[in-house]
Amino acid sequence: MTAIVDYRAGNLTSVKNAFAALGVETVVTSDPAAIASADRVVFPGVGAARSAMDNLRNLGLVEAVKAAATDGRPFLGICLGMQILFDRSEEDGGVDCLGIVRGSVRRFPDGTGDKIPQIGWNDVSRTERGECAADFSGREFYFVHSYYAEVVPETSLVTEYAGVKFTAMVERGPLWACQFHPEKSGRVGLDLLRAWLDVQRR
Amino acid sequence: MLTKRVIPCLDVRNGRVTKGVKFKNNVDLGDPVEMAVGYSDGGADELVFYDITASAEHRPIDIGMVEAVAKAVRIPFAVGGGISCVADMERVILAGAEKVSVNSLAVRNPGIIAEGAKAFGAQCIVLGMDPVRSGKTPSGYEITTRGFREFTGMDAVEWAKRAADLGAGEIVVNSVDADGTREGFELEITRLIAEAVGVPVVASGGAGRPEHLVTVFREAKADAAIVAGMIHFGDYTIADIKKVMHEGGVPTRMSW
Repeated sequence: MTAIVDYRAGNLTSVKNAFAALGVETVVTSDPAAIASADRVVFPGVGAARSAMDNLRNLGLVEAVKAAATDGRPFLGICLGMQILFDRSEEDGGVDCLGIVRGSVRRFPDGTGDKIPQIGWNDVSRTERGECAADFSGREFYFVHSYYAEVVPETSLVTEYAGVKFTAMVERGPLWACQFHPEKSGRVGLDLLRAWLDVQRR
Repeated sequence: MLTKRVIPCLDVRNGRVTKGVKFKNNVDLGDPVEMAVGYSDGGADELVFYDITASAEHRPIDIGMVEAVAKAVRIPFAVGGGISCVADMERVILAGAEKVSVNSLAVRNPGIIAEGAKAFGAQCIVLGMDPVRSGKTPSGYEITTRGFREFTGMDAVEWAKRAADLGAGEIVVNSVDADGTREGFELEITRLIAEAVGVPVVASGGAGRPEHLVTVFREAKADAAIVAGMIHFGDYTIADIKKVMHEGGVPTRMSW
């Protein structure tokens, strides 16, 4: 069973629709037990880090999400769902996040001439680290965000905006986490989701 | 590098996509879902739907259509027309739209922008505005509402700044003077607003030839541009438009 974690952090319909388009039934759930028993877990998120972390705590989901991201099951983080895997975000005056990936999330700088949020299709390129992500180097994906995760050792795809080079995707075996929205990135987005669905449990 | 977005706009009346020139001659163009899939497969970067029936006749938004589009396309789309409260926004977003667009409602009640941004995030809230050339305001452009029929006396640039401060994540500048003419975007007001606000600005109204998009991106500093008549009537495809944009030095998504 593929679980989509519902922690009141934005719209899950697009994510559900994208997997449905690939013929994969998903269960949208806030139940820690359902997440614990899922074969693979999708962790989307749109909105702001503080309320997302508060919701995770209030819903009793922190342990279930941390386990899903570290116990060898395929795990896919999207947008805010990637950012809050990191140690800390600058958003909302500073928010401690899940600490699954070492590193920080920062706001794009003002005054560069580039608008904030970044909205639209930007191209990604692979780092040396990228394994599965390498297939997607040079392709454009859809981004919408005002905060970015710095480049870290597990960054597999990078991109650039407002004079900053930052993480487009991290990969740690079966854990994939994207700043962009694969479910809104047309054909190449579906290809990436399909590739993640092929990842085996470790 | 972030590319400039080409966004087909589909006006929907009673479940069909239609197009008119300045509200005359509404021609039936087809089924919204089929057209959405066609444009999405054809290279559109986003889509926007205006529910004209909901807006003009104060009827509820066609949520069934929003759900059907959301199931059929894998690119972002916005929905506007007839959004009258935060509950409407929620219905549209839960149905699968990425963004909601408010126009006349925001003029009547600017607080709705902040309410929507707080509930769903600024990236979900688009402020649509219909400026007309006017001698009455500092910028030379005045905001109109109710399908260009009502003149508010509000300065367009001031309204754009206020909307961005309230939390609009994006602003669509739809020129009344250019709308439906297919003679090119109204560059001045687009550039004035693009320079005045820190959020992305979408140019709208007047796209007739692919060259118009090169100009609006290079000279008017738009981040995205809406196209309608020029693609709906088959004069150009999105691929035609993007080829000219790319050759004109505009960062363009060329594979889809």
